[in-house]
Amino acid sequence: MIFSKYLFFILSFIAIYAALKVLISKKPMHSVLYLTLTFFAIGGHYILLNAQFLAVVHIIVYAGAIMVLFIYTVMLLNLNIQGEFPKSRLAKFASAIAGGILLFTLIAVFRSYDLKVLADPSLNQIGLVKNLGKILFQDYYLPFELSSILFLAAMVGAVMLGKKDIY
Amino acid sequence: MDGTYILYKFILASAILLISLLVAMYSTLLERKVAAFFQDRLGPNRAGIFGIFQPLADGLKLFFKEEFMPGDADKFLYILGPSLTMMIALLTSAVIPWGNSLVIGGAEYSLQVADVNVGVLYVFAILSIGVYGIMIGGWASNNKYALIGAVRAASQMISYELAMSMTIIAIVMMSGSLSLKDMVEQQHGMNWNVWYQPLGFLIFLVCAFAECNRSPFDLPECETELIGGYHTEYSSMKLGFYLFAEYINMFISSAMIATLFFGGYNFPFMDDLHLSHNVITIIGSLVFFVKIAFFVFFFMWVRWTLPRFRYDQLMRLGWKSLLPLAIVNMIITGLVIMIKHHL
Repeated sequence: MIFSKYLFFILSFIAIYAALKVLISKKPMHSVLYLTLTFFAIGGHYILLNAQFLAVVHIIVYAGAIMVLFIYTVMLLNLNIQGEFPKSRLAKFASAIAGGILLFTLIAVFRSYDLKVLADPSLNQIGLVKNLGKILFQDYYLPFELSSILFLAAMVGAVMLGKKDIY
Repeated sequence: MDGTYILYKFILASAILLISLLVAMYSTLLERKVAAFFQDRLGPNRAGIFGIFQPLADGLKLFFKEEFMPGDADKFLYILGPSLTMMIALLTSAVIPWGNSLVIGGAEYSLQVADVNVGVLYVFAILSIGVYGIMIGGWASNNKYALIGAVRAASQMISYELAMSMTIIAIVMMSGSLSLKDMVEQQHGMNWNVWYQPLGFLIFLVCAFAECNRSPFDLPECETELIGGYHTEYSSMKLGFYLFAEYINMFISSAMIATLFFGGYNFPFMDDLHLSHNVITIIGSLVFFVKIAFFVFFFMWVRWTLPRFRYDQLMRLGWKSLLPLAIVNMIITGLVIMIKHHL
């Protein structure tokens, strides 16, 4: 459909613009809000790929939970003064190299992955709840359970770290 | 995807938007009348008969008030806050089934704007981003009372979202579908979820009060401690938007309670009436609105009856009572389903 093609371009533009604004914005609060906007645009992309479940979960987890905690932290820390965190030259150098290597790897991945046939997203039913659930609980049962145990361990660990002062 | 279909959906969406706004408008009047009744007063009765033009008068008053913006406020976010609150409050109505379908000239028209197959999760998503408007507004005001109000709102909403989600998961397990339309269809006649999930209903109700920032959980705007909470620095129609969004949230929450636990547009003996499909649909929608009206009244009833909680009491109730209860409710539901499956 021609309509979804335009939607794709609009969403992509929003996603890239907002992602750039995350880096450019001077106020931390604006950065966080632009990051939220990026997540919404990516959620829109999931819907275009016919993966409603993934889209909604993406919004709930990232926009609804993680970003709210980010805003919470920014609000309470009051990071409004610019240049409060001067980074050492070594840190800047290291992060530039790390980022560069990541970019390099991504380019290599996309080069080796050549997409010959454009898949029609409406025929791909994997993102719907029923199919996703069946695959998760049949083919990927062990990894799924293991990752949930990992989450549980992380949660218990966070609570333990938070309670450290009591003992 | 033809022209009439798009036109029909457009008309339906506009009608639902208008109805939501109208209901919210008259809830403000009802709130004042209910408060007056509880306090043995008359309530507003000057504008029109029984004060039916009072909401219009209130709206006009808010429009003509002075627009004020704090000097150090973040101007863009200060305006974004109330706008976002209003927008998010109106989003949920898209997936609520307001009635069964109407058959006109052989074509079937559903009275639901979008039957998304992840309907319940969509409601969760809207719920979880509902806090943005309050947080942005509270922070952008650059006022310590507003900031405390925003922080309170955020932690309160995150805490009560968990218990609320757990109760809905129990219902999803029972119905085996995430679509709100399917859930309502399964509660045909008197087969309402509230009979199977009384504990879940109770938890959901308490959480709905907390999510709407309604008394007895209206701590984000607690006037005895925080002046006005997150909207301390707001005036004119921006304040109006915050107050109005609360009434829309109340209406939508009541609709969700009626949909999930009280059978939506289903009513008892609907098969025994032997009326045509369209008539049943219209009666069903009216019954749905009666159910919603009852819960809107219930929200007000509680507000003018119970005193406000203290903040630590609120947190303790959310994390130490409601969340464990909701988890127990979920486990029991799962066990019963498993036993039924094996019998």
